[in-house]
Amino acid sequence: MNLTLKIWRQKNASDKGKMVTYPVTDISEHMSFLEMLDVLNEQLIEKGEEPVAFDHDCREGICGMCSLYINGEAHGPDRKVTTCQLHMRMFNDGETITIEPFRAKAFPVVKDLTIDRSSFDRIQHAGGYISVNTSGNTQDANALPIPKKNADLAMDAATCIGCGACVASCKNSSAMLFVSAKVSQYALLPQGQVEATDRVLNMVNQMDLEGFGNCTNTGACEVECPKGISLENIARMNREYLKATIKG
Amino acid sequence: MSVLDSKVPKGDLKTKWTNYKDHVNLVNPANKRKIDVIVVGTGLAGGSASATLAEQGYNVKAFCYQDSPRRAHSIAAQGGINAAKNYQGDGDSTYRLFYDTVKGGDYRSREANVYRLAEVSANIIDQCVAQGVPFARDYGGLLDNRSFGGVLVSRTFYAKGQTGQQLLLGAYSAMNRQIARGKIEMFNRHEMLDVVKVDGKARGIIARNLITGEIERHSAHAVVIASGGYGNVYFLSTNAMGSNATAAWKVHKKGAFFANPCYTQIHPTCIPRSGDYQSKLTLMSESLRNDGRIWVPKSLDDVKAIREGRKKPTDLSEEERDYYLERRYPAFGNLVPRDVASRAAKERCDAGYGVNATGEAVYLDFKSAIIRYGKEQAKIKGEDNANDARIYDLGKDVVEAKYGNLFQMYEKIVDENPYKTPMMIYPAVHYTMGGIWVDYNLMTTIPGCYAIGEANFSDHGANRLGASALMQGLADGYFVLPYTIGDYLSNDIRTGKIPTDTPEFAAAEKEVTDRINAFINNNGNHSVDYYHKKLGNIMWEKCGMSRNEKGLKEAISEIKTLREDFYKNVNVPGEANELNKELEKAGRVADFLELGELFAKDALTRTESCGGHFREESVELDGEQKGEALRDDKNFTFVSAWEYKGEPSDAILHKEELEFNDIELKQRSYK
Repeated sequence: MNLTLKIWRQKNASDKGKMVTYPVTDISEHMSFLEMLDVLNEQLIEKGEEPVAFDHDCREGICGMCSLYINGEAHGPDRKVTTCQLHMRMFNDGETITIEPFRAKAFPVVKDLTIDRSSFDRIQHAGGYISVNTSGNTQDANALPIPKKNADLAMDAATCIGCGACVASCKNSSAMLFVSAKVSQYALLPQGQVEATDRVLNMVNQMDLEGFGNCTNTGACEVECPKGISLENIARMNREYLKATIKG
Repeated sequence: MSVLDSKVPKGDLKTKWTNYKDHVNLVNPANKRKIDVIVVGTGLAGGSASATLAEQGYNVKAFCYQDSPRRAHSIAAQGGINAAKNYQGDGDSTYRLFYDTVKGGDYRSREANVYRLAEVSANIIDQCVAQGVPFARDYGGLLDNRSFGGVLVSRTFYAKGQTGQQLLLGAYSAMNRQIARGKIEMFNRHEMLDVVKVDGKARGIIARNLITGEIERHSAHAVVIASGGYGNVYFLSTNAMGSNATAAWKVHKKGAFFANPCYTQIHPTCIPRSGDYQSKLTLMSESLRNDGRIWVPKSLDDVKAIREGRKKPTDLSEEERDYYLERRYPAFGNLVPRDVASRAAKERCDAGYGVNATGEAVYLDFKSAIIRYGKEQAKIKGEDNANDARIYDLGKDVVEAKYGNLFQMYEKIVDENPYKTPMMIYPAVHYTMGGIWVDYNLMTTIPGCYAIGEANFSDHGANRLGASALMQGLADGYFVLPYTIGDYLSNDIRTGKIPTDTPEFAAAEKEVTDRINAFINNNGNHSVDYYHKKLGNIMWEKCGMSRNEKGLKEAISEIKTLREDFYKNVNVPGEANELNKELEKAGRVADFLELGELFAKDALTRTESCGGHFREESVELDGEQKGEALRDDKNFTFVSAWEYKGEPSDAILHKEELEFNDIELKQRSYK
């Protein structure tokens, strides 16, 4: 198939940036979206132009590195996939495809389609852990049974890959789905109870400091999340937050 | 006497590690604050080591090329992590885990290291649960286990099909706690480009800030390499696109011996390549072979008809199918170890029986399993008169519950429904058992330079068992290195901060800068990928699943020629002082072009077949095992450790003889 690509090009963080149009030809429908961009980049290099910079690594939907906003949707038109798992069979011959970086105040563009998501890391530094040292002398793993239902729900929350699609999809650039996934994972497990109060207060505080917006319950984040993280996590975090504020 | 000293403690195998810990030199807490440690790589090994060293009080500087430590490729491990907990009461023990690992590695690993690994395995599970890792549990709330290839017990802990992700996020959370305390200084989007030696000791690294292109000097009292394996030397592998051998190769060039480079694991159940544009391969968990049956058509006419789309695999009757693993290995059938299953698939495809357009695919069929489970379910539900469609639906539900996420992944990539038509699979490069040589302390042959996780060679011999990579990474990082590194650092309590304004740092920095400038100013006419693909092709064809003298000699000379051409004609666009992915790739491929040649040389030297290394010249000539791999214990029970001397062809071989006092060497038989 032959396609027209409209791609965001931006030399560096201080450059203004603009959309540039590139035609690509002979694209196989079996290619992944990123393989299609590889083809474009090889052509650009051959012509002596600079290739398009985009983040990617595992290319199997788990590392969370890839982060393209394709035709107005985070990770493109398919559901429950990351950009690297999106295949060209989702597009039609002759189509024009618009490719932009994930956009948010807290995700500044580094170059072209590459963004800086270190704000996510800083939220995790604020409380995304259980304070246990490595000793080899923690209690036996089976000493504390955990109801399967809670363990499964914690696992569902823990599958967040930290890609930022939730932020990119939200009209307020809110990071509530991301933060609530971590808060929920620990809130559902007995190990997480000891520090629960401080954790939710500190993580939410850091989220606000980073410049993420508020949640207005539109649910766009859940729709675009490649891992299907549920809105229930946001509700759970709100309950945890309320509890924590009352406790003080 | 070899120059290699493994420093394995004396005494009984079962008490070595305990005795070692009782007598090792320690650093007091006040002095730990004066000591800096650099950790390169933040996967399971590097992440867990960084967190633990920081908890102990050392000042850690951690480096990763990704935008966050959470993205290291450990995250992609699916199946699980082994531990000798014996929660299932099925006879597991530390000794059994040790025995299975040594046997699975075809008796080419170091006994004492493997025993220690098995010993600390149980602590890993305790530690991870305490961190909030959500392992799978049964209805009683206790931890669940599954079984993996090559063993007789259920000792694999798992978190759905995302065990690596959950364990890595556990290590990442432990790191975050230390980053927040200021005990870990994290350098994201940084790549180590050389190690700096002062008075023969590793005292720092030169790193490139991948955003600004700035070349930075970082000093420390010890340097830990945790940068993973070198599977991407094949271009196509299940590794992440950025996975590379540069950190490992740079320390090799500065004096660390490189061990057993030819030991590579080629995993049998991966999604086949679909065309030349392919950028990487996707693995599907080995657990699929518990229920899937592997086959190709018996007749070449059917193969042709399928390739041309005139027939579908489901059109072929049972008599027209060749279940070649069940035919060749009646005792183990579809559950033979990874190396055996991979070679058998290659044998059929080389004979022309491959079922897709590229001729490199075999079927993995779940129909029998669906019907078997369906009948079982019908019986459980008391539906004695269930028709075929009902049985199929009941069975499909069971298969979906077990493998649903893998089936979904397959369908997204291949666009075929694996419940309706057999999956297509083909082997792909997955893991490298070889790596930097280390002693019992995990120290390389450079004093103060350590290697942990997949980057070292020590625990898996010539073949790794499933669910053991995660175990080794976390064992090294949480429980082994934090002890052994203290023994070395106890001599550094009076050293003081290592200055970076010294001739050693200046020389290393200049070397790095010159190299980068050479790439940028080259003005060649081929992209980096052009060379990487060519190298990958040579490696796959001549150093792949089966190897012979002629092919290996050709590989050595072809790689050498390719390397020379690369330096003359590679084209790296853009500038040095900006985010430049082509420049990053160029440096990595340059190192692969040297490593690949050493790999072939190592494979040529080892004229036996063992584990993942299959030499066509070394096979059983007759009897029941005819055509199977033949190990040569008399001449090859040693680790090949290569010393860098300039060109890979000049590398010098040092041998570490392997002694097996607690295990009897046996032929692996799966017939």
